[in-house]
Parts: sequence; structure tokens; C-alpha cells
Amino acid sequence: MDSQQAKGIAPSEGSPGAKGTVHMTDERCKGCSYCVVFCPTGALAMGGRINRKGYHLPELVHPDKCNGCDMCGLYCPDFAIFGVRTNRKKTDGEP
Amino acid sequence: MSDAPRNPVEKLLRTERMPHIWCPGCGIGTSVNCFARAIEQADIPYDKLHVVSGIGCSGRVAGYVNVDSFHTTHGRAIAFATGLSLSRPSAKVVVYSGDGDLFAIGGNHFIHAARRNIDMTVICINNFTYGMTGGQVTPTTPLTAKASTSPYGNFEDSFNLPNLAEACGAVYVARWTIYHVRQLTRAMTKALSTKGFSFLEVLAPCPTLYQRRNKLGDGVAMVQFFKDHSTIKNGASTSEVGLGFQSDMIVGEFVDRQRPTFMDNYNARMKEVLGDSFVPFEGIK
Repeated sequence: MDSQQAKGIAPSEGSPGAKGTVHMTDERCKGCSYCVVFCPTGALAMGGRINRKGYHLPELVHPDKCNGCDMCGLYCPDFAIFGVRTNRKKTDGEP
Repeated sequence: MSDAPRNPVEKLLRTERMPHIWCPGCGIGTSVNCFARAIEQADIPYDKLHVVSGIGCSGRVAGYVNVDSFHTTHGRAIAFATGLSLSRPSAKVVVYSGDGDLFAIGGNHFIHAARRNIDMTVICINNFTYGMTGGQVTPTTPLTAKASTSPYGNFEDSFNLPNLAEACGAVYVARWTIYHVRQLTRAMTKALSTKGFSFLEVLAPCPTLYQRRNKLGDGVAMVQFFKDHSTIKNGASTSEVGLGFQSDMIVGEFVDRQRPTFMDNYNARMKEVLGDSFVPFEGIK
């Protein structure tokens, strides 16, 4: 079970302006890139990281663009990726 | 178990069997994703849901969903589901199978289940080919498409599945592609909440066999094609929604009507003939 544990591929706390983030179960991904192509905000890209089977994995290259809409999770045929909304932290000076 | 977030669809899946056998870019997984969300939205308890599959790539769905499911012999998914639906009228029976299984081997079961209006939902993953056995021609392979059994291009006319389902008597008929994930989820929710025989055609890419042989690119290319060449036309006449090879396609909800189900008709007729001595069947306890 541990090998299939979802991992946050972006630090959830790392991008204070982001409304959401994505989580990934690396071992299930087959690198079809549906999540990258159909991400409405273009926050994902295929990265250089590979999993145990040698498939290239998507990466959250623009953590600030992710709004946690879970469109990647809806398209993913392998149940490997999903988005979650995080509590957006207001930065100083923002209303 | 750590407290890392879990994928919301994992509740429905047998995660110990993952990663699944479907190829990279296969659309079946996406449809299962929509199905899992539709069950949440339709608010069906898992112990009242039964998934029945036939043989084929789409037939593997029964093995991956964590509800009572049955993987039947080739083409007999609807035959099995008919018995299941009649013996448990309160349960929701879903047949999740492929185009070859439902319409070539199991074609007769399909038309008669629709005619009798058995209370079940049939989800047909149409990827235009027999995926698991090596890319042979199915009744839904479009004209001129190449397959392993038609190397010069298919010369048989294909089925227009929504038209067939409507003509046979289905009460709910819709077609979506796996590009239309939100609409597909909504249609599945509606099909699950509809009493009677509901039919849903889901167009899905098969990059390994159908697209490679026809030089149509990978899964993403096909989903992009679905995006660019589909027109949403709810309530369209099903006689106009036939598919050609890489032709424009009409998607949407085509039929939504009401008819008495098999059980309704049975109970009404028996009551009429036998009078008060008839005890309506309420399912196996």
C-alpha cells in the first residue's frame, strides 16, 4: 500500500498564492499526458522524473497556476493524479 | 497509513490491483473515473450497486470496482444482469462492457433487454475495435477503417448504436466521448437514476490497436479529435447520429422517455389475471 501512497508533487505550503495543488501516485502513472494537455490553467508539464516502470511523470511546473479544479483527476485514466483545493493564504497587502 | 490525501475515486476501486492493464492513453480508465464520480452524485450505496462486465478490455472494469461485480462469459453480461436485476429489483445493475461484447457476441441479449425494458444501465465503451484479442473488425468499426481482419479497409456498414437502442425501446440514450468528462459524469448520474433500460455510448480511443493501424496518433490525438469534431446536440434524432471513419460526430442526450419496466408489466398483468391471490415479487431477501 505504501508504494501506492499519493504524494504531493508540489509542497502544499510552498506556494501561498495558489488555490490548490495536485497529488500523484507515481506507480500508477503511464505517462499518457492527458492531465498535461487538458489542464485548464496549463500548470502541468511532462517532466524528466520517471517511475519504477520507466514512464515519464507529469510535474506541477507552475504551482501558482494550480487552482485545484481536479480536471486532471477527472481525465486521468490511471487514477494516478488528482487535484485538491487548498486554503488560499492571503499575502500581505492583499484585500 | 499516513494522512496524505487520497484520490476521491479510490473508494470505488480495488487499489491493490492497480496499476491496471489498460494501455497508456486508453479511454476506459477515464470513463471509470467518471463512473465513480457519478455513483457519488447519484448517491447509490455500494451494497446496492452491481457491476457486470463481459469479456474484453472494457470487461476488466468489473474486476477493478470495489462493489459486487461479475465478469461473465463473452457477450452474456446483459443475460446475467437481466437475472440479477429481476431477482433484486431494489438493486442498481450496471453493465459495463465494450462494443464487440455488447453488440457482436451479445447483440441479441441487448435488443431483448431493451425491448423488455429491464431495469439496468448499459454503458458501452465504443473504441471501434476488439482491443484485447488483437484489433479485429467489430460491428462498430467505421467503413474504410483498417483492422487486423480488414487490412484493405473495412467494407461493412457499422451499427448506429443510439439508433439501435432507441428502436429497441431504451428509455434513456446518450452518447458522449471521453473528452466530455463533465457531461459524461452527468449523463451517467442520470442513467443511474433512470428507471428502466438506459444506454450510454462512450466513444474512447484505442491507441494500441485501432489508432496505430489507422495512423491516428496516440490517445491525446484522438481525444483532441473528439474535441474538434464533436457537436453537442441534445435531443437529436438518433437516425442522424451514425459515425463514419474520422467523421464529425454528434454527441448528447438523444432519448429520455418513460415506459413501464418488465417488472411493472409483469405485476400489472398478473394482478389483472389472478386478482387478490397474486403476491407481487419484491426480490430475493
